[in-house]
Amino acid sequence: MHASEPREAAPRPIRRIWGPPPAVPKEPVEPPARKAAVSLLLLTVLVIATCGLVYELLASTLASFVLGDAVTQYSTVIGVYLSAMGLGAWLSRYVNEAVARTFVDVEISVALVGGLSAPVLFFAFAHLSWFRLALYLVVLVIGALVGMEIPLLLRILRERFEFRDLVARVLTVDYLGALVGSLAFPIFFVPKLGLVRTSLVIGAINAAVAITSTSLLRGSLRSVTGLRVRAGIVLGVLIAGIVAADRLTLLAEDGMYADEIVYAKQTPYQRIVITRGKGSFQLFLSGNLQFSSADEYRYHEALVWPAVSVRARDGLPTRDVLVLGGGDGLAVRELLRVPELLRVTLVDLDPAMTRLARTMPLLRAQNEGAFDDPRVHVETADAYVWLSDPVNAAKRYDLVVADFPDPNHYALGKLYTTRIYRWMREHLSGGGVLVVQSTSPLFARRSYWCIARTIQAAGLAVAPYHALVPSFGEWGFVLAREGALEAPTTLAPSTRPRRALDDASLRALFVLGPDMGAEPVEINRLDNQVLVHYYEEDWRKYL
Amino acid sequence: MSGPSRRELLTTLLGASAALAACRKPPTRPAGELLAPDLERAHRLVRDGAPFPREGVREERTRVAVVGGGPAGLSAAWRLVRGGLDGVDDVRVLELEAVVGGTSRSGECDVTRYPWGAHYVPVPVREARALATLLDELGVVEGRARDGSPIIAEGVLCRAPEERLFHRGLWYEGLYLYDGASHDDLAQLRRFREAIGAWARVRDAKGRRAFVTPISHASDDVASGELDGRSMRAWMDERGFTSPRLRWLVDYGCRDDYGLSSEETSAWAGVFYFAARLGETGRSAPLMTWPEGNGRLVRHLAGVAGARLRTGWIVRNVVIRGEREVAVEGWDAAGAPVRVVAERAIVATPRYVARRIVPALAEAIAREPGAASDEALAFDYGAWVVANLHLRDRPSARGCPFAWDNVLFDSPSLGYVVATHQTGLDHGATVWTWYYALTQPGREARERLLSATREEWADVALADLGRAHSDLGGLVERVDVFRWGHAMVRPRVGAGAARRRRDGARSSGPVHLAHTDLSGVALFEEAQDHGVRAAEEVLDALGVRSPSMR
Repeated sequence: MHASEPREAAPRPIRRIWGPPPAVPKEPVEPPARKAAVSLLLLTVLVIATCGLVYELLASTLASFVLGDAVTQYSTVIGVYLSAMGLGAWLSRYVNEAVARTFVDVEISVALVGGLSAPVLFFAFAHLSWFRLALYLVVLVIGALVGMEIPLLLRILRERFEFRDLVARVLTVDYLGALVGSLAFPIFFVPKLGLVRTSLVIGAINAAVAITSTSLLRGSLRSVTGLRVRAGIVLGVLIAGIVAADRLTLLAEDGMYADEIVYAKQTPYQRIVITRGKGSFQLFLSGNLQFSSADEYRYHEALVWPAVSVRARDGLPTRDVLVLGGGDGLAVRELLRVPELLRVTLVDLDPAMTRLARTMPLLRAQNEGAFDDPRVHVETADAYVWLSDPVNAAKRYDLVVADFPDPNHYALGKLYTTRIYRWMREHLSGGGVLVVQSTSPLFARRSYWCIARTIQAAGLAVAPYHALVPSFGEWGFVLAREGALEAPTTLAPSTRPRRALDDASLRALFVLGPDMGAEPVEINRLDNQVLVHYYEEDWRKYL
Repeated sequence: MSGPSRRELLTTLLGASAALAACRKPPTRPAGELLAPDLERAHRLVRDGAPFPREGVREERTRVAVVGGGPAGLSAAWRLVRGGLDGVDDVRVLELEAVVGGTSRSGECDVTRYPWGAHYVPVPVREARALATLLDELGVVEGRARDGSPIIAEGVLCRAPEERLFHRGLWYEGLYLYDGASHDDLAQLRRFREAIGAWARVRDAKGRRAFVTPISHASDDVASGELDGRSMRAWMDERGFTSPRLRWLVDYGCRDDYGLSSEETSAWAGVFYFAARLGETGRSAPLMTWPEGNGRLVRHLAGVAGARLRTGWIVRNVVIRGEREVAVEGWDAAGAPVRVVAERAIVATPRYVARRIVPALAEAIAREPGAASDEALAFDYGAWVVANLHLRDRPSARGCPFAWDNVLFDSPSLGYVVATHQTGLDHGATVWTWYYALTQPGREARERLLSATREEWADVALADLGRAHSDLGGLVERVDVFRWGHAMVRPRVGAGAARRRRDGARSSGPVHLAHTDLSGVALFEEAQDHGVRAAEEVLDALGVRSPSMR
């Protein structure tokens, strides 16, 4: 520690009065009030040490949630954090005046930056392409601020202890705090509060420390009002954040998903949740899994290529495609690999979903920036309303892909009725093909066949098929078009190699085992919505 | 509105518990507009007997003058045009209001069209040929079923779920409250359905059904005698239908279709409500609806009438000048006196207007035995309030997520229908149409109707629906209110057989009456049937050959 600080010299006479007699340096005799203040200051060290470690763990955990590869994330975040603490310690030498005031200000800053770190980083992850930079920047700032805390405290406390005693006491409590933080984080904070609330709560504790230390250090502070107001504002912001945290992730929701929620948003239409597991991530809409990055290729290859192959077999190109639903952009990505493709029109209900698919780096990487392709046009509308709009009546497509969420609600049930399939039929060009994601023929057998029969009732020939998508299970599709329809036998060419399909496996898609065979069902009409009831009954056996 | 008077009003119109709940929260006061039939001019000139000038009267000629542009009058004009009187000057339709449609009128905003009154028609049975023809013109008939009834396009059939019922904090699908029903409740429901089914299967010697719309196709001698003399409630008592939820369902049906409680509704009409909808298969006919309700049908009919329509006209007298000429005297939209001279006139107004403007009819009524009681009983009109709530977004609801018709179990209101339900617009802005029938005797009902302002009725609607949707207040942008003084004819107990009125004084020389109240119930099918019947009588009298549509 620096020895000569003229301003600090002033209080020394006090030390002479209250300080320990030179003969018994190890047992300073202090009046009870002062002794209590020292204990409280050491408690402060314990708390800020706990908080400091939790920030470090928060950043590491969050980074490994959203980016995967835990070893790299923990190593780099801890590395940056510790070196930033060193930077902070070094910077503390430039604090010449008002050490106590600076300490409180540092506390307030840590409370603000650390407290908001998790929500800010989740936001950055969802909206910024330079998430890593933001991550290390936040870690750097928190680390530097935390690094200043102990040196400043040592200087504040140094007149109350002999140097060796001071270092021993402070560092003991500091390391003890690290133990408390490292145990509380996995045992209490993450399971009970989740990352966002943990971050806000720890920040609030830091802000509370800032307020109490204005009392403890009153003797060294000229005025405490300004500091208390600032700390109070930060505390208020963090508490408001805790209240509003339900908008980021619902407390109850964390338990619903097998993996960590890295993004959650309630839109007027649905709840969008993205979770991150080991090496893959998943998209959920209103609690229903839409895809897992591990095996979505199996689903989307099965969704797109049989239809394109039917056209190719008949010598028909697939140039103009309509995708209904599929706001994640994955079906579009697959379609963009059709060599002759000129145009894809995607109609999705929720602008938040398509925006996310366009901007969130995680989703962008998965859909390969499909929405930036000049061949892709996005329209925001309910597909049912869009198809019924006379403005769109004259449009014809070589392929219509109906990739809606499963019919678990009346608002979705209308997207599987004879009425909408008639409209889809009207939108097919000569030889045009329709493909419909049709829930599981194994788990929801009646629902699956209800969809197939309903498409037939709309005047189309159908070819039912299925694919194994491990995260969904056995999944079903229906291929349809006017006139006769035979299953394709040769896979149409693609600009990229297919991972799940070749000629033989394409043919195998169209073989449904007896446990997925046709069942007698009613036709799903707008005025009966039987499918919603089938679906509810079918899945009840499994959920 | 001050606190106590607001509570009094809500207590009177919604009951104490709803009033208490509503008064805990400060009222929201969305903007809006008050609509009503143009009573003032009509009252001044017709009821208060303004004299028609002897001089300075413009004279116009047409072959057929139709007085009244509601569903009956428009159907008459439509039938005349389709029957061959298709010259612009062959037919003239004179309507008092600025818009046609009567109680089937509708409104429109940026989001959707919406109804101001009647909002559905059941899929026609085989007998309702004129309605099937009209639907054919609308392009919604896809073929014929084996029993001869039309197969209606999916987009017009009310989208499922049709109804939901709010009870103790939750919405349930359907109108019958199954939740918590005892074995006895369900047994009674089954027995009730069997009783209705039995009535629906009754045929007379000519093979005609006891209950069918149009009523002109119903048996003359089977049903009405036994049922007409008692109330629906008494009929249920006699048969041991004591289940509260069944009684609620029947009472709701009476209030919904007739604006009367089941104690006051003729059992004939009560059974008619349920039995007339059962087709040959015994299954209840699906409902057809449009965002604007029956305004869709009116819009088509008005389109056919086209340049033959005259709105804002007040008709003072329909003067019979012998067997082949009739003069319709009144004032045009500009207030100038006009005399429309025609070979025939169809008076398609409610009875209380018809008897004031057709002197010959008034004389005929005076000659009828028991004339006074006929007026008091047979032609009783109920008062209704219809409020259109413009919502910027959908409020929350627990239970069944949504439906077209949304009914509150514990409310004297009839609930609301959602204008966007049929178009599949399930998110964002919409319009809800809230209905409230004043079931009191006519004069009392009208006094109560007029005693509350637009703001007060809007408050009543919001307080009523606020019980089922706690966040409704903040989502309502405007509430327009329509006060219908004479909304519908009401089939009270002892109103007498509908046949007797239908046959009595239906035409007088060259004047033909056409209105749903001649059937004793207010239904689009009945209005259309009378309009078509009157038009066919006219075509026949004019020697225009056209095969009957009925």
